[in-house]
Order: sequence, then structure tokens, then C-alpha cells
Amino acid sequence: MNQLLLRDASSAEPGGSWNPDPGGIQAAEGGDRARTARVGLRLLLVAVSSLFFLFMVAFILRSQVADWQPLTEPLAPLASPWPLWLNSALLVVASIALQWARMAARRGRLGATVGGFALGGVFALAFLLGQLWVWQRFAAWGYFLASNPANSFFYLLTGLHGVHLLGGLVAWGRTLVKFRQRMPLAQLSASVELCAIYWHYLLGLWLVLFALLTSTPETYQAIAAFCGLR
Amino acid sequence: MAYAEQAETALLHEPKSFLTRYIWSQDHKVIAIQYSLTAIFVGLIALVLSALMRMQIGFPGSLEFMDASTYYQAMTMHGMIMVIYLLTALFLGGFGNYLIPLMVGSRDMVFPYVNMLSYWFYLLSVIVLLASFFVPGGPTGAGWTLYPPQAITQGSPGTEWGIVLMLVSLAIFIVAATMGGLNYVTTVLQARTHGMTLLRMPLSVWGIFMASILALLAFPALFVSAVMMLFDKLLGTSFFMPAIISMGQALDHQGGSPILFQHLFWFFGHPEVYIVALPAFGLVSDLISTHARKNIFGYRMMVWAIVAIGVLSFVVWAHHMYVSGMNPYFGFFFATTTLVIAVPTALKVYNWVLTLWRGDIHLTVPMLFALAFIVTFLVGGLTGLFLGNVIVDIPLSDTYFVVAHFHMVMGVAPILVVFGAIYHWFPKITGRLLDDRLGKLHFWITFLGTYAIYFPMHYLGFLGMPRRYYAYENYAFIPQSAQDLNAFITVAALIVGVSQLLFLFNLFWSAFRGKPAGSNPWGATSLEWQTPDTPPVHGNWGAKLPVVHRWAYDYSVPGIEQDFVPQTVSDEELGRMRRRAGETQRADAKP
Repeated sequence: MNQLLLRDASSAEPGGSWNPDPGGIQAAEGGDRARTARVGLRLLLVAVSSLFFLFMVAFILRSQVADWQPLTEPLAPLASPWPLWLNSALLVVASIALQWARMAARRGRLGATVGGFALGGVFALAFLLGQLWVWQRFAAWGYFLASNPANSFFYLLTGLHGVHLLGGLVAWGRTLVKFRQRMPLAQLSASVELCAIYWHYLLGLWLVLFALLTSTPETYQAIAAFCGLR
Repeated sequence: MAYAEQAETALLHEPKSFLTRYIWSQDHKVIAIQYSLTAIFVGLIALVLSALMRMQIGFPGSLEFMDASTYYQAMTMHGMIMVIYLLTALFLGGFGNYLIPLMVGSRDMVFPYVNMLSYWFYLLSVIVLLASFFVPGGPTGAGWTLYPPQAITQGSPGTEWGIVLMLVSLAIFIVAATMGGLNYVTTVLQARTHGMTLLRMPLSVWGIFMASILALLAFPALFVSAVMMLFDKLLGTSFFMPAIISMGQALDHQGGSPILFQHLFWFFGHPEVYIVALPAFGLVSDLISTHARKNIFGYRMMVWAIVAIGVLSFVVWAHHMYVSGMNPYFGFFFATTTLVIAVPTALKVYNWVLTLWRGDIHLTVPMLFALAFIVTFLVGGLTGLFLGNVIVDIPLSDTYFVVAHFHMVMGVAPILVVFGAIYHWFPKITGRLLDDRLGKLHFWITFLGTYAIYFPMHYLGFLGMPRRYYAYENYAFIPQSAQDLNAFITVAALIVGVSQLLFLFNLFWSAFRGKPAGSNPWGATSLEWQTPDTPPVHGNWGAKLPVVHRWAYDYSVPGIEQDFVPQTVSDEELGRMRRRAGETQRADAKP
């Protein structure tokens, strides 16, 4: 019986599945720093997704209470959401610019990389200013944070999205400084890559938020019913 | 092979001064010790708070300053500190930081700077939390679940400053935990050394790895609820606050959903149980295997059980809310998932027992704690099966039965593992052994003492004694004998509390005066015991990273002299060990 419980070492089981080549695993501080950073960033984005997903669930649940006044009503600020369309366009341009920088960096073209990278940040800044302007319009129309849960969620979700973009801009600024210090492109391309991934993610997240915030109460009702929240 | 030359030679940024070496350190081992000492420090505060509460319950009126508000504040802070600032921080920030890089054969965490930030954010969250003891109105007394509307409505203690500091502190803690979690997961995925496949990792790493993933996904729920409650409190929104009349005046809020908060809180709160339990499962598996000198039974099953428990822990949260009211089908669903999670958990318990079976059990202090964990976890887990059923839970809800259950299963059980693990790894961390006699004394007082505390609570719960009450006088259904039992529990609690000083003394005395341990005092196989220096120096491995040839559980291997084969031993070397053992045997047989 003991033979069953005590495994012979020469069988060396379980000897390493889930890795095609057990010998080929790399040490982290070796050449593949960039890959490790990408994995880390993607994990962060998973956590951020969890955060916004839960906010959206809360949004749907809260929207089913009678005191909810939709922002899409004829006289409400999102009846015609053209300012948000404008801001979305800015963010799309920012994302495209960074993607361009990323591709240029891969091909080793320094000038195009710097140009695209700088444009990406500038358009992201423009997006943030645009969002602030939308907030100002809300306030001017008398739609304050605490006057209705729909307003509260609008400020909260756009604000949090903006804070995440601001965090990205900090990384962007630091990379820009490195460009000015004339570091070799090979080192910088990793940072450009990370910024591009983050920008694309925040664009996607924004589009989801945009869709959610400008949907009609009937849509919320349908989603709530589908999730069993009604 | 892509395995870079650079990795062997370029040690990471060697620290130069005292400040960068011990204070602003980016070395995972120093950060682990910083995390652990901070966690133990706040844990002691929470321990004192529990003693104050027990004094009030066991000997009502014996403490002059104790009124209902103070009692609730002590209760709230005790719960929150123990669950989050002690256990979560110690398992992930302490053990995770120390063990992951050493056990997977890496020089450090993959993002050392972020790792350092993680500790300093944690420390900041602790400072903000403790600051609430000194603000007007004192800390919040809303209970550790912080349910609105009472958490932010006048009448609860600490609704002005205390609750705000608590929520801010939690938000900071979550940022710290996220930075740490990213590091732990990425390090496991990316920084394993040659030959360290996922299925060769020690179960400690598996437990902490899975718990970190849970933390990354579940802590956002607490963040969401903390932010929205802060908005309700400070900016007058109505996310959670319904229309309410407080002190004769209608508040400005309307339409908010307190139940929404409960869902969010427990969507974090239940995975949190496993954020604490999974590292404990992992660590205890390694303790049992090492000190029973036997390979862990059913390694793959153990890994899959960890993964399954992690996944299931996200679909059981509403079993904390049976009395809040829900669709009966939901109750049925959550009762079912709760009972299903017992299956992988029970598998783990069986496998621990089967590992022990016919093992060469050494009753060292770590092993005593590990064995005590199995028993305690079993008791706490079985009462969990009771409470998982809606119809059993409703009468027992909010009684001392629940208090006994969760203290056994996620208070005492993980803490026993913490102690066992500290006794086990202390020789690697300091190079010295903890004193054995003090350790055994500490073990027996703690183990028997906690049973003296929590076993009687089950009976009090059956009597219907409600939890969260400040005083129990003049309730017809609570007999006088319950008061006697409460006094007994208090005495036991005080003894257990004071006996922890033995442990603290042992910790600090042995760190300087303890018996030198050598590099591998337990004869363990995993990588952290094979470092060239003890305690390991910056960079862990000297010039060359270790190469892994086998899993971490080759104990009592037939045909060789020593009863363990380290992970770094290759098959050729094992063959040589075999031949050498054979020659010795023949030499012994000759005369």
C-alpha cells in the first residue's frame, strides 16, 4: 500500500505539463522585460474591467427605482448627445495616433513614432477637456451631481474613466521625457506599446460607457429583466 | 534558448545605503518583512479590542469607559482589521512577497518598484484607519459590513469622521492590494526559472497565486461600494440611501438601495474569505508534506481544487444575505452553490489526511499548528454546511452560532496556519530557529484556548443569543447560565490573548539569540531552502539561477539515504545518490 502513497522519484511525476518546453522558461529580468510589462498591464486592465463592470451592474439596478430621471428625455442634456460624439471622435483619433506610433516604432522610424505618440496624448487631453466642458453644460442646465441618481452615475462614471485616462497621461508624460533625453528607440518602443494598449482599452471602455449612459430607460429595463434584477 | 545571459550576471540595482536597503527597499524579502510587521502590529490592536469587548460581555460594566457606542466601535474595528489589514495583508503581502520569488526561482518580483509602492500604500491605509481613533466622534461603529443607511446616518457612532476615514482607508488598501496582486500574478506567470512548470510549483505558490487573482477581481467590488458610499455621505447623492427620517427630520436622500450595497459588499466579501483561506490551504499543504516526510497526496487534485474553489467563490455571495430577502429561486441557487463549494474543500481535507496516513510524522511546532488547522477548519466548515441552507440559516442568523462559525473557519484556522508558517519559515528569514519549548507552550494555549472560546458559542447561538448586542440583561429567553458561560469564554479569551506575548517574545528573542538553523533545517525540497545564503541575500541565487528537475514533494524516496530530494536534483544526480546508497548498504551487509 505504501507503494501507492509513496511515489518513486524516478517517475518524477507530475513532471511539467502546461509548458511546452520546461527548459525554455525565461527569467524575468532577462531580455523579455517588455513581454512581462505587457502581461502586467493586461492584468491591470482585467482588474479595471471588474471595477467598471460592477459599476455598470449597480447602474442598471439603481435605474429601476422610480426616482430615476433619464438623461435622454427630450429636455435633458443627453437628448441629443452630440458633445459626447465629438469627444468620442477625439478619443478615437488619440487611439489611432498611438497605434500609428506603435507601428512606426516597430519599423524603427523615430520621427513618426514621436509624432504619433505626442498626438495621441494631446488628443487624449483634448478629450478630457471636452468631458469637463460636458460637465459644465450639465451644471449650466441645472443637472447637478446629487439632484438625481442618473446624474450621479453620469458624473461618477465619466469622472472615473477620466481619472484612468489621467493616469495614462502620467505614463505618457514620463515616456515623452525619455524621448527628449534621446534614449534609443528600442527601449522606448516598449513604453509606446504599453501606452497604445492602454489607450485602446480606454477607448473601448468609453464606447461601452457611452452606449450605457445614452440608452433609453426601456433598454435598462430589458437588461435588468434579463439579469433577473427586476 | 531565450534564457538570457543578462539574467545570470546583472543583479538588480543593488541597494547602497541603509535607507534604500531597509526602508525604501525594493527587495521582496524586506518588503515582506515590512508587510508582516505592520500587519502583526495592527493585529495586536485588534486583539486588544476583542479583549475589551469580551470584558463587557463576560463581566458587564467592569470597564468604565465602555458604553454601547464604544462597544460597537471596538467590534467594527476588530472585524475590519482582522480580516483585511491583518490576514489579507499578511498572507499576500507577507508570505506572498517572501515566498513567491524564492519558490519559483526568481531574483525578485517582476515590478520591484510597484512592489515597494504597494507596501507604502498599505502603510498609509493603516495610518488613515488608525487616525480614526483620534478624530471627533471616534472610529465608525457600523459593524465591519458597514451597511448603509445606518453606517452614515446619525445615531451610529463615528458617522461624521470615522466612516469617511474607514472608506478612504479601504480605498487606499485596495490600491495597495492591486499593485501587490499584479506583481504576484505576473511573477508566477513570467518569472519562473528553468524547469519550473506550473505543475511543479509548490502548493503555497498555487494558493497565493489563485488568491491574488481573486483579490484583483473581488476588491473592485469593495472599491465600488466605498466610493459610492463616500458620495452618499459627502456629496449628498442617493446611491444607497433611501428616503429616510432620522431624528425626526426627513433627510435629502431618496430612492437609494441598501440591498445594492449588500450585494456589492458580499460580492467582495465572500471571495475575501477565500483570499484568506486559499493561501492558508497552500501553506498548510507544504507544512504537512514536509513534516510528515511524504509527498502530498493528489497534487493535481489539490491544484484543481484550489482553482475550483476560486471560481466557485464568486457565485455564493448572497448566502450572507438570506435574511435580507430575495427571490426564493435565488436562495435556492446560492444554497446549492454554497454546498457545492464544500466538495473541492472536502477533497483538500481528505488529501491532507491521506498525506498524513502512514507518514513519518514529526510533531514539530509547525506540524502541530498544521494538524490543529485541519481539525479547526473541519469544525468551522461543517457548521458552514448548516448555515449554507436557507431554512437553517434564518433562525441561526445573527446569533453567536454564526460568530462561532466564522471565527473557527476564517479566524482561527488561517491564524493557526500563519503561526505554523512563521515557525516553519522563520529559520530561512533570520537564519535562526524559534525556541521549541516556547513554541509548544504557545501552540497548546492557543489551540485549546480557542476551542474554549468558540465551542461554547455554538450553544449560546442555539439558545438564540444574538450577536452585536452590547448587554444581555433582562431578556427572558437568555438564561442566567448563559452569563456564566460568557464569563468563562472571556477568561479563556484573555488567557489566549496574553499568551500571544509568548509568541512575540519568541519572535524577537530568537531573531537575535535563537539557535542557528543552517540552510535547510527541516530537510525540505522546495527552492527557497536551496539558496546559497541563509538568509537569502539580494538577488536570491548568487551568480546562477537554480534549475528545477522535479516537483516539490519528493519525500521518503525509496533507494537513497536522505529522505528527501530537492527540486534542483537532476535525474543523473539522483542515480548517483542511488548507487552511493546501494554501496553503503552492501558495505553494511558484508560483516
